[in-house]
Amino acid sequence: MVPISQPPKPAPVKDPARYLSVQGAGMVFDTRNGAFCALRDIDLDVARGEFVSLIGHSGCGKSTLLNLVAGLARPTSGALLCAEREIAGPGPDRAVVFQNHSLLPWMTCFDNVHLAVERVFGGSEPKARLKARTHDALALVGLAHAEHKRPGEISGGMKQRVGIARALAMQPNMLLLDEPFGALDALTRATLQDELMRIVAATGSTVLMVTHDVDEAVLLSDRIVMMTNGPAATIGEILPVPLPRPRDRLALSHDPVFIDCRSAVLEFLYQKQKKTAA
Amino acid sequence: MAREDSMSAVLNPAIGKTPMRAIDGAAPVTPRTGTAPAAAPPAASAAAPAPRPAAVPASVLAERRARAARVVAPLAGFAVFVLVWQMIAHGNSAIPGPAKVWDAALAIFGDPFYRKGPNDQGIGWNVLASLGRVGIGFGLAAAIGIPLGFMIGRFRFLDHMSGPIISLLRPVSPLAWLPIGLLVFKAANPAAIWTIFICSVWPMIINTAAGVRQIPQDYMNVAKVLNLSEWKVFTKILFPAVLPFVLTGVRLSIGVAWLVIVAAEMLTGGVGIGFWVWDEWNNLNVAHIIIAIFTIGIVGLALEVGMVALARRFEYA
Ligand SMILES: Nc1ncnc2c1ncn2[C@@H]1O[C@H](COP(=O)(O)OP(=O)(O)OP(=O)(O)O)[C@@H](O)[C@H]1O
Ligand SMILES: [Mg+2]
Repeated sequence: MVPISQPPKPAPVKDPARYLSVQGAGMVFDTRNGAFCALRDIDLDVARGEFVSLIGHSGCGKSTLLNLVAGLARPTSGALLCAEREIAGPGPDRAVVFQNHSLLPWMTCFDNVHLAVERVFGGSEPKARLKARTHDALALVGLAHAEHKRPGEISGGMKQRVGIARALAMQPNMLLLDEPFGALDALTRATLQDELMRIVAATGSTVLMVTHDVDEAVLLSDRIVMMTNGPAATIGEILPVPLPRPRDRLALSHDPVFIDCRSAVLEFLYQKQKKTAA
Repeated sequence: MAREDSMSAVLNPAIGKTPMRAIDGAAPVTPRTGTAPAAAPPAASAAAPAPRPAAVPASVLAERRARAARVVAPLAGFAVFVLVWQMIAHGNSAIPGPAKVWDAALAIFGDPFYRKGPNDQGIGWNVLASLGRVGIGFGLAAAIGIPLGFMIGRFRFLDHMSGPIISLLRPVSPLAWLPIGLLVFKAANPAAIWTIFICSVWPMIINTAAGVRQIPQDYMNVAKVLNLSEWKVFTKILFPAVLPFVLTGVRLSIGVAWLVIVAAEMLTGGVGIGFWVWDEWNNLNVAHIIIAIFTIGIVGLALEVGMVALARRFEYA
């Protein structure tokens, strides 16, 4: 649709249905005991603004796939494209909430978030605005009171929330979440899930989220990618979640579509991919 | 036991009051325990009247006993030391006893900063001269060793390149380098500093490099996702992550440097605590040698304690 004559950039033929495109990606690790094939033949397209969850048993390669999308690792086969460009490395347009929060222990929570804010907006905004952004991000996850504490002084769930605040504050095109609510209690988790839905709706971010929680996957996702057990894991099934947004957790708990999706995921995990004791 | 309890009651009036308060609480009348510092709600104390009075003195006792042990044990150690020393001095007339050394020490430290010519100066000047050499040699070692350690830790090629040489040179006594220093600098003072430099530089390089090598991948992942500039990576991630290791290297090398300076000065002469020891040996003044030993020990301890305190300020985990 874009005129071919338009110079100088390569014509940005944005196909919104394939904002992220994983094409036949595989990952083989070199380990002490020889090659270990973690992932094979992953094919997945994620549309712009879509919310996709990755679910599967522990050790099947969800974090590995997320790392490939983040650009922290390169696939040993296949290709990954983001906005029609090959993912050559990590960048602040794809913010990551790491499974183990990865906060820098020598900085306060504020400074941890500020480092990211400064990186993304430092060139264009005054200092006071950067501080305000940082503060807002921490307030969003309910940690305004813990701003000046260091990661060693807060609980595991709070650390995870700082990690979420850091990612959200970057206002990335794509959010990569590796079990972001894993370490949280049920109440905080529900609050943050609602908050995440609100933010994603407002910003139109594309989200790829790893989770173990079936309810969470159904509540948040447009599609659920279910992975087979490793080694050499791949995508087993992809389940669309045809629930309208905005979604309300209380109303949904009796919704037949919600219940159907939920049982489909459970069936996949506990019947088709029954985990034999590893 | 009973005596102990009454004593703890004297030391801490609240303890003696506790049982009474429990009884007060059991009564329907609101207790007016004005003397108790923190009056518990009556229901709480009534619920568990038995264990409370016993629990408090027991913990206080244990605490007090531990504190006493911390003071008494070192004192006992010193007493045994002085006793053994006295016995040795008694059997061997060449070694002065504690009393004699104490008198000599009072005389020496009564006037630590006198100057009667280049080879006869107060002990204060000698210690300062040695500390000065350690400071310069050590500072140079830090200025070169720490950046080198960073590079060796960061770049695998440099690591492999320098590894064998460092392994080969590190076990060499720094004193073996003294003649090279004398040869190159043609003076005693820079040669001593050179020796300090050599002995301090290895722990700094090795510990810094080890620190850089073990930086958790998580931290580097953060740097990568944020696409931080090299400078930011260094100041915000590499340096703070490695700082505790650097300080370990600094602490180790300052200990070694202080060990080595005494030996180096014995060989090079001039002003310094090591030379002072040698000079007093030539004068056959054993009391002064013993004083020097204690002085060296105390200064070394002070350096160590100072470094530990500094390192603790940068602990974050
Ligand atoms: N750097 C690596 N080197 C070798 N093997 C690896 C490496 N990273 C991951 N693996 C292996 O790849 C497989 C997938 O790991 P991954 O961390 O992606 O699992 P996961 O699905 O995220 O698990 P969990 O749900 O427990 O977080 C595992 O068997 C793991 O041992
Ligand atoms: Mg994982």
